Amino acid sequence: MNTNLPQQMSGGAPQGAPVKKTPRQWLADYRWVLLIAVADLLVWLFWPAQATPVVRNTWDYFAEMVVILIPVAVLMGLFEVWVPKQLIGKYLGRESGWKGIVLSFLFGMAPTGPLYAAFPIAGMLLQKGASPLNVVVFLNTWAALKVPQLIVETNFLGPAFMLVRLALTAPSAILMGWLIQKGIERTGGLDITPLQSGVLAPPSA
Amino acid sequence: MSSLLTWSMYIVVFGALGVLALRDRAKAKQAVKVAVKSFFGILPIMLAIIGLIGLLLGLVSPEIIARYLGQGAGWWATLTAFVLGAALYIASLVSIPLAASLLRAGASVTTIAAFLTGLMMVNTLTLPLEISHLGKKMALSRNLLSLLFAFAIAIVMGMVLQ
Repeated sequence: MNTNLPQQMSGGAPQGAPVKKTPRQWLADYRWVLLIAVADLLVWLFWPAQATPVVRNTWDYFAEMVVILIPVAVLMGLFEVWVPKQLIGKYLGRESGWKGIVLSFLFGMAPTGPLYAAFPIAGMLLQKGASPLNVVVFLNTWAALKVPQLIVETNFLGPAFMLVRLALTAPSAILMGWLIQKGIERTGGLDITPLQSGVLAPPSA
Repeated sequence: MSSLLTWSMYIVVFGALGVLALRDRAKAKQAVKVAVKSFFGILPIMLAIIGLIGLLLGLVSPEIIARYLGQGAGWWATLTAFVLGAALYIASLVSIPLAASLLRAGASVTTIAAFLTGLMMVNTLTLPLEISHLGKKMALSRNLLSLLFAFAIAIVMGMVLQ
């Protein structure tokens, strides 16, 4: 599994792409940065009085971001080698109770990839007998309560913001999971297609 | 607070990496590789967002931000921010600085929280993929319930954090 890159927007670089990038790929990756740079240049040319605050704000946020992004990236690397993703399925069955919920939280908080990397894992968990409750807790935690995200949030929005959001989001994930599990039980079970061999392959979308 | 957090992060994370390097060189190497890849993977969009924040804060006065996203802007601002968040797909590591810049410039906590919870919890653009892996029942009910919970969480956050 190599789903560590927080790919975003549409059409991010394909997973497992060669490390060496062509100038064309660089240009594609940094097209928005270039666009912003051109906009900055235009401000400087036609609206010089505003150039100073633009540059100052850009620099302030750049410094703030890079300083926190370095340890967050290292943390992502550590999670990647330390968290055994294959073992997740073993402990999340219907009989797992609170232990299963706690484990789902921990497994959901540790990963580092974008949410779409979690769907194949969640699908595999369901097929292997993990309870819908646990899978929902896992997915919601991955989506909203990943540790790197919580750190950046604390840094930018403050500990109170992060803690209140955490305190509200965690119980609502359990409640949602429970509701969905009840709903699925009452309507005759899951509606997923049987396990395919490619279920863990990264999405090609 | 934030600098305390930052420096303790550096100590913990690089300390752990050092311990790992002593115990298992190959794994430590792999961790560094993933770290570098993650960092440079997010860098292009991160730089673009930082540039956008710089332009936004440099050109748009705090009064205007406060007028359209602040306390006085009312429910429509919060609802619009929420719908925008729910419909968009921006990596959360990137969206947080953007949200923070608006908050610091005078946007209301409720509106910023609504944008963030919508963005994180309601995953509209990835819904087809989610359905293909989890089935319609689970994917649709998860996103619909998320829609309700995300909005409620933002409202409560606004009340608690005023």
